[in-house]
Amino acid sequence: MTRQQKKLFVLSIAFAAAFAIVPGANAMHIMEGYLPLQFCIAWGVICIPFLVMGFFSIQNKLRENRKNITILAMSGAFIFVISSLKIPSVTGSCSHMTGTGLGAILFGPGAVSILGIIVLVFQAVMLAHGGLTSLGANTFSMAVAGPFLSYGVYMVCKKCKVNRRVSVFLAAALGDIFTYCVTSFQLAVAYPSESGGMLASAGKFLAVFAPTQLPLAMIEGLLTTIIIITLENYAQPELRDVGYLESK
Amino acid sequence: MKRADKRTITVIMVAVILIAVIPLFILKGAEFGGSDDAGSQVVESIEKDFEPWFSPVLESMLGGELPGEVESLIFCIQTGIGVGIIAFLLGRFVERKKWEKKQPPFGN
Repeated sequence: MTRQQKKLFVLSIAFAAAFAIVPGANAMHIMEGYLPLQFCIAWGVICIPFLVMGFFSIQNKLRENRKNITILAMSGAFIFVISSLKIPSVTGSCSHMTGTGLGAILFGPGAVSILGIIVLVFQAVMLAHGGLTSLGANTFSMAVAGPFLSYGVYMVCKKCKVNRRVSVFLAAALGDIFTYCVTSFQLAVAYPSESGGMLASAGKFLAVFAPTQLPLAMIEGLLTTIIIITLENYAQPELRDVGYLESK
Repeated sequence: MKRADKRTITVIMVAVILIAVIPLFILKGAEFGGSDDAGSQVVESIEKDFEPWFSPVLESMLGGELPGEVESLIFCIQTGIGVGIIAFLLGRFVERKKWEKKQPPFGN
């Protein structure tokens, strides 16, 4: 592409983005009492194997090397910070990010399910944000599905020899978006619309979530990249222990 | 930290701030709230006479919603816990690197 073409391309994107700005609203986690009981139980049960797997994976990592706990604590703290920040989005409402990408890249998706559920319980009990009855469903979307996709994207990028920082960005951003796609799907399964059934309903929920979440997913990707760059500079031995950097 | 990395981080920071702040200026007068409610509204639009069958434990204990100011306090506590842990550990890493540079390991 020539310089001129590039400029035009960027301008067209900006133009499209500017027109995509429509006031609307959104939601984050599924609210307390909004998911029928049988679905609450079903999603909860689905999460159990992942949580068990996560518990063992954390145990293994710590048994390998006690020092891994520093990076693990940081990944958990990152989820705490990121998921507490409500950020205004182009749709005229606020939403927050998940922050699970970092842990998924460093420790694999299993470990993140444990870190994620800690945050979800904190928010459900203290803030009435999300909920105890919908904990299973929220855990599945935020602490299982999102991290698994992040991990997958990161691994694919690694195989294809994509620049490491670019792959971190992609993994975190796509994981964030996917979390909200799964949330829409969960709500759609529980509330299929009368005309058009589940798919129409899924579209409705997605239309509410996706536009708000898109810019936030970019922010999440960027912030995760910052943390990774910083760690690459200051915590190389730890990153080697965790397996993120190849050992010498 | 490498020079190039510092530059990358600065650029990313600026981008993050822009993404977060620009909507505030473009959409003047938008509410930027009710983030929880919209999903619930969609549920209600699909199922006309919908009633949540369970209300948050804290809300039923308080007999009402958590006051907005208190809610933001708890959100701040959450952020604070996270930032505290990250800053503490990162501080140790940075300091360690400084010492490693000053004092070559024994045997050299």
